[in-house]
Amino acid sequence: MITLNINTKNYEVDVDPNTPLLWVLRDHINLVGTKYGCGVAQCGACVVHLNGDAVRSCVTKVSRAAGQQVVTIEGLSASNDHPLQKAWMELDVPQCGYCQAGQIMSAAVLLRENPNPTDEDIDNAMEGNICRCGTYLRIQKAIHLAAEMQRKGQ
Amino acid sequence: MHAKFLIVITALITVTGFITSGFTINEASINDESKKTHPDNTVKSDSAASAKAFLQVYKVLMSPRCMNCHPAGDIPLQGDDSHLHTMSPKRGKDGHGLYAMKCTNCHQPTNTPGMHTPPGNPKWALPPSDMKMVFQGKTARQLALQIRDYNQNGHKNKQQLLEHARDTLVKAGWNMGEGRPAPPLSYSAFLKAWDTWIDKGLYAPVK
Repeated sequence: MITLNINTKNYEVDVDPNTPLLWVLRDHINLVGTKYGCGVAQCGACVVHLNGDAVRSCVTKVSRAAGQQVVTIEGLSASNDHPLQKAWMELDVPQCGYCQAGQIMSAAVLLRENPNPTDEDIDNAMEGNICRCGTYLRIQKAIHLAAEMQRKGQ
Repeated sequence: MHAKFLIVITALITVTGFITSGFTINEASINDESKKTHPDNTVKSDSAASAKAFLQVYKVLMSPRCMNCHPAGDIPLQGDDSHLHTMSPKRGKDGHGLYAMKCTNCHQPTNTPGMHTPPGNPKWALPPSDMKMVFQGKTARQLALQIRDYNQNGHKNKQQLLEHARDTLVKAGWNMGEGRPAPPLSYSAFLKAWDTWIDKGLYAPVK
C-alpha cells in the first residue's frame, strides 16, 4: 500500500510503485481533471504539483509521490476561484480545453514564484505546455490578468 | 658568484618549465590546493602521458551524453545531433531550470522506460549560471585548461576532480536509457584516462 496526500486528503492505494502517478489519480482516485496527452513528458497535459513543483504525472512514478504533497487541478482552489481560473473564465481561454488543466497548473507555479511576470517569463514557464488549438495568446493574456488580480488580492 | 649563477639557472629552468607545460597561475593554485589536502601525493608528473590521457577524456566529454548538459547557451542540448532541447527549458540561476520548466519536472530519479522518454538521475541539472562549465565548442586544450582551473571547474581541487568522475551523474552518461548510445570509451577506460590525466599533472594538450 502507498500513502498519498492529494489535495490535502490522504489516500491509501494498492498499486505497483512504478505506476505513473497520472493513472493512480485518474483510475484509482477518480480525479480525472488531469489529462493524458503524450505519456512521455512532451506535452504538459498531465502537469500536477508535487511539493509545489509542476511535475509531469505521466512519467512520475507513484512511489516518488508517496508521503509527499500532491495538488491537482481539482485542489488548486477551494471554489474554482484561483486568480488563474478566474482569468481563464474572464477571457474565455479554452477552445477544446483538453490541455488547459496542465496549462493552469504550470502557470500557477509561475505566479507563485514570480507575481509580476513579463512576456518572456511567461514563455520561459509555459514552453513545455502544448495547445493544439493554439490558445497561446489568450493564455499569455490570462496569466497577465491573473497576476494583476493576485496583486490586488482578488 | 657561484650562488648567483645557481639562482639564475634555477629561475631559467622554472620559467622554461612553465612555458613548455602551458601552466597558468590557476594550474599552480589547483596543485597547491591538492598538495594541502594530499601531502603524501608522490605520483610523478608526466606532461606527455597526461596530455595524451586528456585527449581520451575529451572524446567522452564532447560526446552528446556529456556535452548536451554543458551547452554554450542557456538551453540544454538533446539527441545525438545535440540540437537545442525541445520546449526550450532554460538553465535558471542554479542550473535546475525555471518556474514550471525545472529539469526534475520531467527527468525522474531514474530513467523512464521506453524510447524518447526522459533519461533520469537524482542530480539532473545544468551547471549554474555563475559557472557554466561549457564544453560545447571547446578545443581539447581549452577544455583541459577550464577543468583544471579551480575558478572555472565548480571549485574542485585535485582530489575533488578525481572523485567527480565517480559521481552518480557522471556515471549516468553510460546509462542514459533506451536508444541513447554510450560515450565512445567504456566507463572504466574513461576513468583510467581521467585519473592518468590528473595524476600525471593535469597537462593541457597543445591544441
